[in-house]
Amino acid sequence: MENIIEIKDVEMHFNMCKEKIDNLKEYFIKIAKRQLMYEDFIALDKVNLEVQRGEVLGIIGYNGSGKSTILKVISGILKPTKGIVKVNGTIAPLIELGAGFDLDLTARENIYLNGSVLGFSKKMMQDCFDDIVEFSELKDFLDIPMKNYSSGMVARIGFAVATMVKTDILIVDEILSVGDFLFQQKCENRINNLMAGGTTVIIVSHTLDQIRRLCSKVLWLDKGKVKMLGDTNTVCDAYEGNLK
Amino acid sequence: MLEANFQTLKRYRYLLSNLIVKDIKLKYRRSILGILWSVLNPLLMMIVISAVFSNIFKFQVENFPLYYLTGSTLFNFMSESTNLAMMSILNSRELIKKIYIPKYIFPIEKCLFGFVNFLFSLIAVVVMFIVFGYPLHLTSLLFFIPAIYTLIFSMGLGMVLSALGVFFRDVIHLYSVVVVAWNYFTPIVYPYEILGEKMKMFMQINPMYYFVSYFRDVTMYNTVPGVKIDLICIAFSVGTLIFGLWFFKKTQDRFILYV
Ligand SMILES: Nc1ncnc2c1ncn2[C@@H]1O[C@H](COP(=O)(O)OP(=O)(O)O)[C@@H](O)[C@H]1O
Ligand SMILES: [Mg+2]
Repeated sequence: MENIIEIKDVEMHFNMCKEKIDNLKEYFIKIAKRQLMYEDFIALDKVNLEVQRGEVLGIIGYNGSGKSTILKVISGILKPTKGIVKVNGTIAPLIELGAGFDLDLTARENIYLNGSVLGFSKKMMQDCFDDIVEFSELKDFLDIPMKNYSSGMVARIGFAVATMVKTDILIVDEILSVGDFLFQQKCENRINNLMAGGTTVIIVSHTLDQIRRLCSKVLWLDKGKVKMLGDTNTVCDAYEGNLK
Repeated sequence: MLEANFQTLKRYRYLLSNLIVKDIKLKYRRSILGILWSVLNPLLMMIVISAVFSNIFKFQVENFPLYYLTGSTLFNFMSESTNLAMMSILNSRELIKKIYIPKYIFPIEKCLFGFVNFLFSLIAVVVMFIVFGYPLHLTSLLFFIPAIYTLIFSMGLGMVLSALGVFFRDVIHLYSVVVVAWNYFTPIVYPYEILGEKMKMFMQINPMYYFVSYFRDVTMYNTVPGVKIDLICIAFSVGTLIFGLWFFKKTQDRFILYV
């Protein structure tokens, strides 16, 4: 099988100022006083990973182990400090908690905006539009600004938008553990459908049951390093053993 | 590199047009008076400024209200575009946190939106020409040349400002002061001729001086500036665009850490 994602020796350093400086005045004062201190934090350390087309990869690990960071590196949102990231396909908008929308716009406008980001014309979008509306069950709220939505409603639209048009890769960050049970079921079904259609999926979740149910391969990250990579049950068992 | 940029622009043309349409809708949704206001505002300014300055420059300027209106319309196009472009990356933070997009789309889009607004405001300018019974020369049809120079220049400057705005928030306030000073430093309410020798020399480094003069030459004075002026305008606008692209490219990977 062909590799759709290849990650070689990727390192992500956050070279940040100790204090957050966000204006010129402070910046020049600090330079003048020679107090501009940088701190090097390594969020990903020599990570290697290959994902084949159609695989479902789960990523597990404690908080702060670099799971969200690696998702952002794969989707191109973050550029790695070192190493090579090769992706051979289109990627859907990252699905994460507090999924980003322009909250001043209505849901309808956000849906079209997201579609055009993926390179879809208005005409192509019209076909998926009804599907999104039906999936999110928010027909009556389409034309009010999204700032009036609850977080659950935003999550629904987020998931519906990201999965509306068929992309090669879908990335889901911890969203499957929120929302009511019915919606979770619906999301899982949708992921299963996409998988059947050949979409490559990457899932971060703290719910190991879910990982076991959905994934064909699991990556365990620990403090930015690959602790284990391989068969779902082997890695999940080892992770559970470690928790005890 | 330019070809690659062009390819991405093609791929993202729907995004670009969608964003422009969205901006226009938002602008005119805010108030029913939206369109009316964007026409009335420059006209009101014209009346006030003319009331004050017409008499002073009676002998230097043949139709002061139109002189002011043409200059300020082009200058406002630049200042509106660059101001919007400056905020464009910060305002799209939600989108760029979620999906990869070539980020220069955002400042470019704001300048194109500014250009559309500029075209709208030209309607008011034409109406005023008619009201004052001022002849509309054939050379007026060349208005788009200085407008395009201004657009390219604004894109370059807008890219620099949008990147700086991400890292240093006070640049935003600083720039609003700069624009006011720049407005006075450009012959908009006064004629170039009244300036002293020193100021005249200093004026040669102000790209807006060239664009505004060019705009007035074709719209009011039935003149086409020579090739030399075109070369200077191209140097200013394309030079700024290239610098903007370079600066933006150098800094864009770090935006995500600061937005
Ligand atoms: N933009 C950033 N600037 C500085 N540090 C960051 C940034 N993003 C993430 N980090 C750090 O990188 C580490 C990994 O974060 P993350 O990938 O979000 O962890 P996880 O998703 O596994 O909980 C954390 O220690 C976090 O503080
Ligand atoms: Mg995370």
